Amino acid sequence: MPLLEMTNIHGGYGGANILNGVSIAIEADQIGVIVGPNGAGKSTTLKALFGLLKVGEGSVVFDGRPVTNMAPEKLVLEGLSYVPQEFNVFPTMSVEENLEMGAYVRRDSFRHLIDQVYGFFPPLKDKRRQPAGELSGGQRQMVAIGRALMTEPRLLLLDEPTAGLSPRYMGEIFDRIVAINKAGVGILMVEQNARQALALAHRGFVLAGGKNRFTGTGADLLADPEVAKSFLGGGADHA
Amino acid sequence: MSPSLREAGLFAGLALLVAGIFAWLGAAYGVRMLAEAACYAIIALGLTIQWGYAGLFNVGLMGFVAIAAFTTVLVSFPVNDAFWQGDGPLMLGQAALTLAIGVAVTVLLSKSTRIGLPKGLRTALTLVAAAITYLAVQGQLDPAAALIEREAGFVGGLGLPVWLGWVAGGLVAGLLGWAMGRITLGLRADYMAIATLGIAEIVKAFLKNADWLTRGTLTVSPLPWPVPTPQELGFVASRSAYLAVTAVMIVVLYVLLERAWHSPWGRMMRAIRDNEVSAAAMGKDINRRRLEMFIVGNFIIGLGGAALITFTTIFDPSSFAPLNHTFLIWVMVILGGAGNNLGTIFGALLVYVIWIMSEPVALFLFTSAEHWGERAFGWQAPDDLYTRALQMRVFVIGLTITLVLRFAPKGLLPEKVVKYD
Amino acid sequence: MPEAGLLAILPMNEIVFFLNKVVIAGFIIGSVYALGAVGVTLIFGILRFAHFPHGDMMTAGAFAALVLMWTFPGAGAAVGLPTAFVLMPIAMAVTALFAVALDRTFYRPMRKAGVKPVVMVMTSIGVMLMMQGLLRLFAGTGTRQLYVDTDAKDIYRIPLGGRDLVITEPQLLLFATTIVAVVALHLFLTRSRMGKAMRAVSDNPDLARVSGISIDHVVRTTWLIAGALAAAGGTLLALDVTLKPDLSYNIILPVFAAAIVGGVGQPYGAIAGGLLVGFSETLAVFNWSVLLRPLRPYLPEFIEIPAKLAFVPTEYKIVVPFFILVAVLIWRPTGIFKGRVNT
Repeated sequence: MPLLEMTNIHGGYGGANILNGVSIAIEADQIGVIVGPNGAGKSTTLKALFGLLKVGEGSVVFDGRPVTNMAPEKLVLEGLSYVPQEFNVFPTMSVEENLEMGAYVRRDSFRHLIDQVYGFFPPLKDKRRQPAGELSGGQRQMVAIGRALMTEPRLLLLDEPTAGLSPRYMGEIFDRIVAINKAGVGILMVEQNARQALALAHRGFVLAGGKNRFTGTGADLLADPEVAKSFLGGGADHA
Repeated sequence: MSPSLREAGLFAGLALLVAGIFAWLGAAYGVRMLAEAACYAIIALGLTIQWGYAGLFNVGLMGFVAIAAFTTVLVSFPVNDAFWQGDGPLMLGQAALTLAIGVAVTVLLSKSTRIGLPKGLRTALTLVAAAITYLAVQGQLDPAAALIEREAGFVGGLGLPVWLGWVAGGLVAGLLGWAMGRITLGLRADYMAIATLGIAEIVKAFLKNADWLTRGTLTVSPLPWPVPTPQELGFVASRSAYLAVTAVMIVVLYVLLERAWHSPWGRMMRAIRDNEVSAAAMGKDINRRRLEMFIVGNFIIGLGGAALITFTTIFDPSSFAPLNHTFLIWVMVILGGAGNNLGTIFGALLVYVIWIMSEPVALFLFTSAEHWGERAFGWQAPDDLYTRALQMRVFVIGLTITLVLRFAPKGLLPEKVVKYD
Repeated sequence: MPEAGLLAILPMNEIVFFLNKVVIAGFIIGSVYALGAVGVTLIFGILRFAHFPHGDMMTAGAFAALVLMWTFPGAGAAVGLPTAFVLMPIAMAVTALFAVALDRTFYRPMRKAGVKPVVMVMTSIGVMLMMQGLLRLFAGTGTRQLYVDTDAKDIYRIPLGGRDLVITEPQLLLFATTIVAVVALHLFLTRSRMGKAMRAVSDNPDLARVSGISIDHVVRTTWLIAGALAAAGGTLLALDVTLKPDLSYNIILPVFAAAIVGGVGQPYGAIAGGLLVGFSETLAVFNWSVLLRPLRPYLPEFIEIPAKLAFVPTEYKIVVPFFILVAVLIWRPTGIFKGRVNT
């Protein structure tokens, strides 16, 4: 049974629908990647999943339980975690305080989780008392992901984790994402850097106009000439 | 119910209420109430321009009313010969000259970066010049003020026609609005509210304490009227004449505002109010337009304020103190329907009538309560029960604001959406 | 041995006068402003609007203390402190709960309806008028002393070279309370889970929600703290001066100025801002010619020292916080501690 099953999702921000029948399914421990042109509804799909906008039609089932339109506070308890694309840290709070906030819903001790995050992102350990807003873009992204890991999610939702990062940091972040996934966390991420993202995807979803366009393994999609012609090439890896 | 039916119904109800009051309390009382309500309606029209059209939150209303009223007094009150014969004008002239020179020097210094002065030095020099100007002018003004108060009482007026005084009042209010707008218009709503409130407080404090200018707590009266006074014509006739004057003003303003609102200019103002981002993208200078609205609104507020104070024939700076009247007018606008001129006029009339009526009603309620309380529990009411009872009206204003905002935010006569075929 | 040293040379009379009228007075009123401004800045930071009824909340807290004082007049004598002060913690608790109730009744429905910020401010002004009306209805417009007969109002005098440094007992209590409040607030915000959650919501409310933080709980805590501190400030001010309903009206503008100067949403900034506004007032109103008098022998004959040389006459004291406010809004809108400017 898939960990996540979104079926025929329709939704938007109030006026016209942005999503016109999107379906996403991934297994536990997989990396799923959503790509597509601007305005295709990639980020919107994540937001619909995490209860940040209203789903009109369609259903979301997580770990066998229906969670359509569930509030974010509850989804966190179900095992989902979300990293927005922008404003994804608490800028005046220190790195360690950001992580503590990530663990807010926990009632047990979580020191070991903080250490685990530092294990994934060593540069953060030295800067743990620094305000997150003062860090570089790449390090901020690390804090953002680290915060989301503090609830030990089954599935981590990442909205363009490498947006605006230099190529060096981009590579680093992708490496860490793979490491996190290997440690047992499912990943569903939206990415502009389609080639690099699909290269490490177990499942890939190409969206356009709020609908699914192509679905397959990352390798299959990269090899597909139609996909390459129509949709690949957005972002830094455009030749 | 269609809008025009609703309008007709509401106005009919209001007319009935007013007729009832005439019957109960007499024509003289009734006409006075209507004349005052008309003045408030003018003020409310000014406010609805600022709030309904431009979305500006002006909490410093009474400051503009006060300064316009003061200007009217200055312009239309009979000349005080004692003042002109003494040294007062000379000393004031000297102070004015000092002020002019000081301001010129300060402004020049603030632009001195053009001759190569470093920025830090320029700021320091400007501040020093401003401080010296302030102290110098104050040094000249204090003895002048003391002299004037001792010999002449106060500055007196210029003895010009009353309507000129009203217009001057409006202009000064508009000018103050320009100065205030330059500072506050870019701010977000709560900051603007705080800033306008602060400025109003300063204006009021100044008027209350500058005895040489306004006689302070001694008040100035009687203020001259644009029509024959009650002493000459009797209460009903002269007050009716006054009412006629203000009614004409309302009609003229209403016509002008309606035409402006339906013109292309009005369309642009609505565009700015409803969708600021798009309007800015189209190249409309938003803040400039808002400033225009603010100034025009304050001019009208000043006009209404001058008319109101003239009607009461007393200029008493302390009477501007309570925040009550500011929000009374706000209730008129939001209850009546912001952005709908007819609604605002209706709101003004209705709210004022209720406000006036609430005084005897509150008194009646509380004396009954006192009576029953004494009989039932032996309760001894405090001595100042009457003044306390009036405080209930403040409570009711606040309650009305909260309820209207919560349940009928568009008011009783909502703004009509202008449709173009 | 003659009276040697610095004390003999300095014009102690004038210096003590300055200390009394400017330094001590500045601390006192500055602390009261600070207590109010912390609440206002927290509300600004978390709820994003200017809480106009805050002055009335401070007055209401003082009146709560008054009522408690009438009910338990012996409480002070038992401990040796003013009764109102001993009962102040209860007044703070009552006001805190009242603040939460206020939010639930008036502000929360508006938040849920998603109104524009300006409408929130107007609603808060409506609440302000309601509170003012009710306060004056029940308490009249007269002034009252926040003391019972058995209370002693101690005044401490420290003689310093001819003139006494004067501090009254309520003023000392005010200092003590402010310091305790500041330390407690600091510990709360930096060490406790809820305190950090408040900072998180103030920083980035969307992310806080995404992290699972309950915004409702944070909002409730904000009102509890704001209400309690407002009550403390109001009660202590009333102990120092007198209690009258006009208190609220005179205090709201300086409190806003303090919050904005310190940086909206920054509690430490609010404290610094409160003291800044307090000292600015006392400095501006101070009669500086008093300090110039000792220099009389050294100045040439023709220079006259005016009888009164103050920047601002006492009647215009309200101008000072206002000027500070406008200056900050124009030149440094983020305030000293770099708070939020626009939402």
